[in-house]
Amino acid sequence: MKIAVCIKRVPDSETRVKIAADGKTLDEAGVKFIVNPYDEFALEEALRRKEQAGSGEVVVVSLGPAAAQETIRAALAIGADSGVLLQADRVPADGLEVARALAAELKDGGFDLILFGKVAIDDSNHQVGPMVAELLGLPCVTAITHLELGAGQGTAEREVEGGIEVVEFPFPAVLTTDKGLNEPRLPSLKGIMAAKKKPLAVKPITLPAGSIEVLAMLPPPDRKAGKIVGEGGAAVPELVRLLREEAKVL
Amino acid sequence: MAPKFQGVDFYEVDGLLSEDERAVRDTVRAWVDDNLIPIIGTQYSAGRFPKQLIPAMAELGLFGANLPETYGCAGLNNVAYGLIMQELERGDSGVRSFASVQGALVMFPIHEFGSEDQKRRWLPQMASGQVIGCFGLTEPDYGSNPAGLITTAKPAPGGEGWVLNGTKMWITNGSTAQIAIVWAKTGALDDPGSIRGFLVPTDAKGFTAKDQTGKLSLRASDTSELVLEDVRVSKDALLPKSEGLKSPLSCLTAARYGIAWGAVGAAMACYDEALQYAKARVMFGKPIAGFQLQQARLVEMLSEITKAQLLCLQLGRLKDQGQATPQQVSLAKRNNVSMATDVAREARRLLGANGILAEYQAMRHLANLESVYTYEGTHDVHTLILGQEITGLNAFA
Repeated sequence: MKIAVCIKRVPDSETRVKIAADGKTLDEAGVKFIVNPYDEFALEEALRRKEQAGSGEVVVVSLGPAAAQETIRAALAIGADSGVLLQADRVPADGLEVARALAAELKDGGFDLILFGKVAIDDSNHQVGPMVAELLGLPCVTAITHLELGAGQGTAEREVEGGIEVVEFPFPAVLTTDKGLNEPRLPSLKGIMAAKKKPLAVKPITLPAGSIEVLAMLPPPDRKAGKIVGEGGAAVPELVRLLREEAKVL
Repeated sequence: MAPKFQGVDFYEVDGLLSEDERAVRDTVRAWVDDNLIPIIGTQYSAGRFPKQLIPAMAELGLFGANLPETYGCAGLNNVAYGLIMQELERGDSGVRSFASVQGALVMFPIHEFGSEDQKRRWLPQMASGQVIGCFGLTEPDYGSNPAGLITTAKPAPGGEGWVLNGTKMWITNGSTAQIAIVWAKTGALDDPGSIRGFLVPTDAKGFTAKDQTGKLSLRASDTSELVLEDVRVSKDALLPKSEGLKSPLSCLTAARYGIAWGAVGAAMACYDEALQYAKARVMFGKPIAGFQLQQARLVEMLSEITKAQLLCLQLGRLKDQGQATPQQVSLAKRNNVSMATDVAREARRLLGANGILAEYQAMRHLANLESVYTYEGTHDVHTLILGQEITGLNAFA
């Protein structure tokens, strides 16, 4: 089984990001970048499938700046066999442009499965995976939390409002992965050393801006200070009244 | 819950590290956050080494990580190895000690002084954590003066092999280990040149290991007394290339190198905890971080940590070029452990009454670091090593 895992270089969710002077982009100075956490579920799932089958190939594909080579090497250290970087100095805000470039790269790869994280934590668009599926004319199951693979087809589970949806699909297919699917592993130190020797193809590309433009980035407004209605049992009636009449949660 | 540890890097030292070095550091950091930090307070209070972590540490490749891949090790450079020690000790000095002993004090001498057979037999098993080792040099009456040790190895009567007799003290991993490297004199007791290393299986007849109890420091680490009473070992137990006191001393240099880095990790943990606490703890109507006295504490900690980080990094680069001297290692061990002890104490004080709880880290690190200050060459011994180096005069005796 040949599996492609598409990963994105994103700012670490623990870093405090600042908006750059242009008011439209992030100031990357001092920001640590990581593999998008949802993509880690995709990578882990691909590696487990390969290990269970005892054979197969896991190819990591990323679209991003030159620095995304480090992101790919992180995935190679965890166990992927090879990597491809579609190197673009500017990544457009329009996910469709990204999806087109990825689809072109993946089209003739002979992949049985193409995995994505369900969402990138930087732009939270949830869109590139399904768009790639559409462009390639492949079935797509999003946000999967469980996966069973059979001969030529698979079954995936998705958590939907109030229950679980079970979806059957034929290969090849595009799947996007959600938290709960598996517990991603850390790279081993030997893996980190081995990653340097694994193939990583860098293909420079130029992407059109697409039809979406970021006009401004704004920090969330400061939270208003809370209200203390009193202390002890005496404050309860007033608290209940406010919860009912003001907050309208009761 | 405390915010996730982000490291301490005021001077962009990260920029001086390679991508692999950072990847190694980040991996160990994440592992420590997920596996060690949640349990260490309880393990420490209970006085138990977290043995359950050994398989995962081995799987990551933490043991003997700077030894070659040929023997199942990770083949990292010395800076990456140092960063592993830093991150482990950010968790706990006892857990770092475990890894130091396994790697620098047992795997290193097997690699350095062992035969090819010994290397092939032991190193892969030790890298994979199937075999745990300990290092027996210190004796009840010979600590800072190892040249005087009185453990003996005599040719076995009527056959090949050796018979060992003696007592070793303060042996980390002593009761956990399957294999002990025992340093013994094969000649006269006044001849430190006759010191050789022996690989002694801990299940050999006449070998006993007893945990030392009552420790108020390094409580999450096993420390034992080893007694060897007519322990007979085969002739291939001898590390053939070990020769005189300089052999065990070179192991100590290897371990001290890791300790110099480890101490920085403990200091970073304490500084980070103190800073987070100071920003959150309100007294007299504002966070205590807003008071000059606490700011002075924090600034002092940060300054010392930053200097120690740069010291370690340059030492590591020198070691990777084969240029680091034992005296340079002494300076780093001496400076950094003393620095970390001071940082831990100040952090403990900044935390006020909370600072004495196992729920916080500072007091545990402080108590641990008092041992680290004393072991692997006491602070004072390193002072004398350096004094001799710069003046040419021996002030030991």
